[in-house]
Amino acid sequence: AHLSPCSIFWYEDRPEGQKTQIEEDLNKQLFDNLVSFLRRSHSEFQEKTTEWNCQMKSREIPTAALVLGVNVTDHDLTFRSLSEVLQNRVTPYVALLQAKDCPGIKNLMQKLLGQLMNCYVDQNMYKICRKKSAMSLWSIITLYTCDSIFLFYYFETPSKKRTSSRHWQSPPVVVIFKDMESFTTKVLQDFIVISSQHIHELPLVLVFGIATSPMIIHGLLPHSVSSLLCIELFQSLSCKEHLSTIIDKVLLTTQFPLKLSEKVLQVLINIFLYHDFSVQNFIKGFQLCIVEHFYTQPLSVLCCHQEEVKKRINSLSHNQCENIRRLPSFRRYVENQPSEKQIALLTTDGFLKETVQQLLDDLNVYHENYFPVLRCLHVFTSSLPKYPLGKQIRELHCACLENRVWETEEYESFLQLARMLNKCDLVTMLQKCVEILVSSPGKEFDKTVEKLKEFLTQFQKLEGGCALSYVPLQIKLKLFYNGTNGYHFLWYILTLLELKESRRSKKLTKFEMLRFEVVDYIDSVVRNYLVPADHKTLHEIVYFNTASVLREHLNAAPRVALHTALNNPYCYLKSQALRSDGGSISNKAPDICIVYKLHLECGRLINLVDWLEAFSTVVTAVEGPNADAPSSDQVDDVIHARFIRAVSELELLGFIKPSKQKTDHVARLTWGGC
Amino acid sequence: MPNLEHSAYPAATLLHLESLVPCRESQVSMLLSIFGERQQLSFPSIFIYGHTSSGKTYVMQTLLNTLQLPHVFVNCVEHFTSRLLLEEILIQLQNRSSETEEAAHVPCDTFNDFVRLFKQAIVSQGLQDETFYIVLDRAEQLREMEANVLPAFLRLQELTARNVTVVLLSEIVWELFRPNTGCFEPFTLYFPDYSIGHLQKILCQNHPPEYSADFYSAYINILLGVFYMVCRDLKELQHLAALNFSKYCEPVVRGEANERDTRKLWKNIEPHLKKAMQTVYLREISSSQWERLQHDEGEAGQLKGLSAHAHVELPYYSKFLLIAAYLASYNPVRTDKRFFLKHHGKIKKTNFMKKHEKTSNHLLGPKPFPLDRLLAILYSIVDNRVAPTANIFSQITSLVTLQLLSMVGNNDQLDGPRYKCTVSLDFIRAIARTVNFDIIKYLYDFL
Repeated sequence: AHLSPCSIFWYEDRPEGQKTQIEEDLNKQLFDNLVSFLRRSHSEFQEKTTEWNCQMKSREIPTAALVLGVNVTDHDLTFRSLSEVLQNRVTPYVALLQAKDCPGIKNLMQKLLGQLMNCYVDQNMYKICRKKSAMSLWSIITLYTCDSIFLFYYFETPSKKRTSSRHWQSPPVVVIFKDMESFTTKVLQDFIVISSQHIHELPLVLVFGIATSPMIIHGLLPHSVSSLLCIELFQSLSCKEHLSTIIDKVLLTTQFPLKLSEKVLQVLINIFLYHDFSVQNFIKGFQLCIVEHFYTQPLSVLCCHQEEVKKRINSLSHNQCENIRRLPSFRRYVENQPSEKQIALLTTDGFLKETVQQLLDDLNVYHENYFPVLRCLHVFTSSLPKYPLGKQIRELHCACLENRVWETEEYESFLQLARMLNKCDLVTMLQKCVEILVSSPGKEFDKTVEKLKEFLTQFQKLEGGCALSYVPLQIKLKLFYNGTNGYHFLWYILTLLELKESRRSKKLTKFEMLRFEVVDYIDSVVRNYLVPADHKTLHEIVYFNTASVLREHLNAAPRVALHTALNNPYCYLKSQALRSDGGSISNKAPDICIVYKLHLECGRLINLVDWLEAFSTVVTAVEGPNADAPSSDQVDDVIHARFIRAVSELELLGFIKPSKQKTDHVARLTWGGC
Repeated sequence: MPNLEHSAYPAATLLHLESLVPCRESQVSMLLSIFGERQQLSFPSIFIYGHTSSGKTYVMQTLLNTLQLPHVFVNCVEHFTSRLLLEEILIQLQNRSSETEEAAHVPCDTFNDFVRLFKQAIVSQGLQDETFYIVLDRAEQLREMEANVLPAFLRLQELTARNVTVVLLSEIVWELFRPNTGCFEPFTLYFPDYSIGHLQKILCQNHPPEYSADFYSAYINILLGVFYMVCRDLKELQHLAALNFSKYCEPVVRGEANERDTRKLWKNIEPHLKKAMQTVYLREISSSQWERLQHDEGEAGQLKGLSAHAHVELPYYSKFLLIAAYLASYNPVRTDKRFFLKHHGKIKKTNFMKKHEKTSNHLLGPKPFPLDRLLAILYSIVDNRVAPTANIFSQITSLVTLQLLSMVGNNDQLDGPRYKCTVSLDFIRAIARTVNFDIIKYLYDFL
């Protein structure tokens, strides 16, 4: 109720801006490659058209095959930013075509010309074009027909005048086919054949947006057409990497006060991995979490940046204080306090506010420490064989949020493996950890960093100890097994050797002692900082954790919902009369529910007469004892009409259809029949 | 050497023409005798057909240009509606003489208009006394226009009462054009494919100025030796020749061999050409990439072709949906029980199947299946429970848009849509491997 609308927008805006920035960085490499390809594509021919080689070669249309992955929903954004980049850096003539707009070559030409004519930025040139080809313009507007010759008019005529102005060296015309797979073969073929005839006058470049694999080009175009193209391949970052970056930059930072609980994050990630691979949908899901959290959790006012917190706490009303007292995590906290403090917390609002302030500060510090330590732990787990706690940092994050990570079996195996690390790896990992901790904003890490550095110097001093004995072997083996699998294999061999050696000596070497110490120290750091968030007091304020709501919204099950509605109408209608008592069919239910329930008992083909009989029995059942009239064989006309209507409603919903096998039967379209 | 002879044209022009159209002398002389003298009425319509790049367009163009016969040349693919086509003919006709001034654009909607406007234009251009030629390239497109266009073009001479000849160029035979209602039969002329000797001769005509004709001809000989088996397309061969010539010259440029050292040169170029056949000819890598490779002396192994990127990354359930679709497409319905029911009992393959099912289903291609079967198989091959959420259904649709599945029959959604799986066995095995699913065990053909 005390929700300030500006806070929502503020939160929405910030991650959005952050994300677009990240996306731009991600696509930068791809776009740079494309831009250089486009610049190169037509320059060669302009430079040396007189050479024999160029005269003999058939001039192909430069084509970029842009493989973007199957997450089609994300492509729109990529193409939009691509066309922006191209317009800024290469050419004003960029046209984006979509298969659904181009069922025929005529529509394609219309769309293309329409987009290209809007590209004219230069007023002067526009006038020239208008005058030169008034007729074609006129014909386009009035007759909706167009022709690539017009295109040719547009570009050929101004370019003659353009040659004098140096900076305007006939920029290429880029035509982007957004969804190559959906275009019909005929349209594409015709377009390519037509444009290849004009390639000498029109510097055309095609970009094929491909979702599956570039093989589709050969599938869509026959050799005679694909031989007109000069295809180069460009591949975008895989969507999984894309997601990892987003999670890393947005969720695993302290920048945004709102956090996601393990279950919520799992729902979002599962939808991504199992269903759509769409980063856009992931972001939308995250936005939904934000809205949902601020909408449903009254205490979310306190979920804001640290500078604001104090002001907001002071303005809390009595009701809101009561809300805080009702929080389960706060109640747990109170129970652990001495009795006089308990009373003060439960009765005095002022004292409560002070405590809340302090607790929120604690929570903030917890986050500041949590993420760097998580990253350090990830450095270790991601380089161990078989990835005991998950390969990706998000998996580790979920494991840590779920419960005390050090109580899990995986953690145990992680420790065991870590105790077998060789010196080389251990040192590099420790160095990475030091880097992470030094660059983190947390204030408590001075000691930890010092300790780690101390370990590092100790390792350096060890030089010449037992570690040396197998280093030459290691190098030799590394030369043999150049690759990750080989690396793990080598790792096992080394551990085996080492185990054998230690068993023989029964005495720990210096290196081993130190290694134990390091692992124990890391263990203690993990236990100290990676406490699950729901063990923290007031975590409800910053953590959104109603995963079920999210699942309902994002992963809807229409069939299940329909079945529930028809099978158990009470679920939606909330009428006491409908409260069902098991499997029986109440006659108070809407007709369609009765018909539906009856049809569930039937096989694949349903006899309409039997069905009607059963229906009328159910409907008249309760009136039965009261009504004295003997039930006649004739079904009441009203009941008949009701039945017909319910059946046709069921047909409309797609549960049944008329059958051709038997005229008085209908066929079920869902299973469950015998 | 059969010289072209015609009384209407000077011998020098004819000789020049002959040098321009090597290996097509007989066709040209045939055409010339049909055309007759400039003012004579020619045959109303001529249909020329022959395989891709057998010189139809080139011969017509050179013939008409060298002899300076009045003509228009229109490509029917580019002018894809009858209206565009007719207007284009008129525009070209009007712009013939007046190069600077563009004539006003006149809309031409029907063939009737065309005949009227055409007559006017002929008069205004002063072409009454000469045969005027209309050449329609890629004439097979005419069949897709209105039914009257093709027959009307065939008897345009009669309709306009002007001295005009329509020449149709096509890659397919006249029998496929003939409309049901019948029409005026054009004079048909066949352009045969170039033989290897012809190709050699034509390709050698344009040798680079820096090198002698003999040197280039030896190169062409090697090139044809490699490529003639797979490619007889003159344009493509010319392109390939230009692409690889620099590599051929390399030993000469470096001074390791002289121009007559054919054996050495052959040894140098042959493996290179074979590689070109597998990559650049199939458009696995583009010709500009190929040139860069040559230039940098890099190894072709570094540059992967298009088909090396055949792997498609799919969401987890999409993979299973695709596997289920594949199983549904290639297994007979009756075997579903055997594969997906726990206690199916022993079923012998031989007496279980009907006769026609004994042939390999993979040879017969995918069969359509209803949505229900797809989902039933999906539920039984995925280990954990799959809720029938909206996402699952939209994944099926997106598999269709990605052309991994295809929808069969009329798409009445209520009537239970039917699909076919269009991916190959190799593809599905790669997908199945990523989810640890042994698909071979579930395929009836491999039992």
